Amino acid sequence: MSTEAPRGSAGWPLYEVFVRGKRGLNHVHVGSLHAADERMALTNARDLYTRRNEGVSIWVVRSDAITASTPDEKDPFFSPSGDKVYRHPTFYAIPDDVPHI
Amino acid sequence: MTVTDGAGGSDGATALPELSAHFDATIAHDQRIEPRDWMPDGYRATLVRQIAQHAHSEIIGMQPEGEWITKAPSLRRKAILFAKVQDEAGHGLYLYSAAETLGIDRAELTERLLEGRQKYSSIFNYPTLSFADVGVIGWFVDGAAICNQVPLCRSSYGPYARSMVRICKEESFHQRQGYELLLTMMRGTQKQRAQVQDAVDRWWWPSLMMFGPPDDDSPNSAQSMAWKIKRHSNDELRQRFVDMTVPQAERLGVTLPDPELRWNEERGRHDFGTPDFTELMRVIKGDGPCNAQRMARRTKAHQDGAWVREAAAAHAAKQTAHQQEGSAA
Repeated sequence: MSTEAPRGSAGWPLYEVFVRGKRGLNHVHVGSLHAADERMALTNARDLYTRRNEGVSIWVVRSDAITASTPDEKDPFFSPSGDKVYRHPTFYAIPDDVPHI
Repeated sequence: MTVTDGAGGSDGATALPELSAHFDATIAHDQRIEPRDWMPDGYRATLVRQIAQHAHSEIIGMQPEGEWITKAPSLRRKAILFAKVQDEAGHGLYLYSAAETLGIDRAELTERLLEGRQKYSSIFNYPTLSFADVGVIGWFVDGAAICNQVPLCRSSYGPYARSMVRICKEESFHQRQGYELLLTMMRGTQKQRAQVQDAVDRWWWPSLMMFGPPDDDSPNSAQSMAWKIKRHSNDELRQRFVDMTVPQAERLGVTLPDPELRWNEERGRHDFGTPDFTELMRVIKGDGPCNAQRMARRTKAHQDGAWVREAAAAHAAKQTAHQQEGSAA
């Protein structure tokens, strides 16, 4: 991944935008935008991503502040969970006549 | 997102044939390619070109209708038009955001547009002569855009597909406001009905050209479809648009200006005439009625906004410096 500060429109950094759709839901990534500072990033995010009441709360975070795993699904990073089928409820055979389980 | 920018996965650790096989398998399984996945250079270049052209079209597309904001006949129509033009700006920005995940900066894309190295849709090089044009643009141009864009919601490149989902939701308002505007005018005076028919006559063929050249003359289509960037051919989408629009025209009470247009019982679809593709090529090359005007205005807006961009950056730098002084003290 790029660790250098994103080049930007007139040197404005890139921000990632996360929106909470309504109370009770997580913030979800919706896209990115350039802004001169955090306040502008927030107001621009409101204008760009919530024109139709899509959100009750917005987070903006500079793209270069995010640390990410590599995207490959075969990445060894995720292998610790790959072979542990016993972590899933379907691993356990329970007779059909046992109720409520 | 640029976090996921660039060439992750192609750092030399994995051999090219393996990366390529993994990419092909992802496409074959109808899974999405995400920004940091390895992808062929051609795939990346095709996406940058297509997404940038799409983004530029949204931004230039603000102009033909924007002209009517101050001349809209009522406060209601003015508010609707404002919201629509604002949406076009938003669509452009969603798409620039998607393009940036491919490792290109949007300032660079703007530069390429202004230098004429990247194109926008030919449709926006036609003039809006009466307020009926605003309605017909919503009905035809946004209708055609919906035909084109709904399949793109399943495009193989994740960020592009996700942008299209947002855009399609909003295009529906665009098309409906246009059709409703026309219904209203058709209930008006004889002169208003004539204006609607005139706008239909002028916009019909350019709208059909929006789907691009015919399949046997569309050099990039086959590869784009193999990569599942595109899901349907130009001619198939054009046919869908005609089939969708004919009954709407009947209901509205206007005539589509094509003597060859008729229902084909056997095919279960409409037969229709061939758009003048030499006109399409001419307009794409820059010789449409409004090409020069559109580019001049876009360039002026960019230049006029330069001091705002610079001032905001200077202000931000100053604030940061103040904060650093504060924390040092």
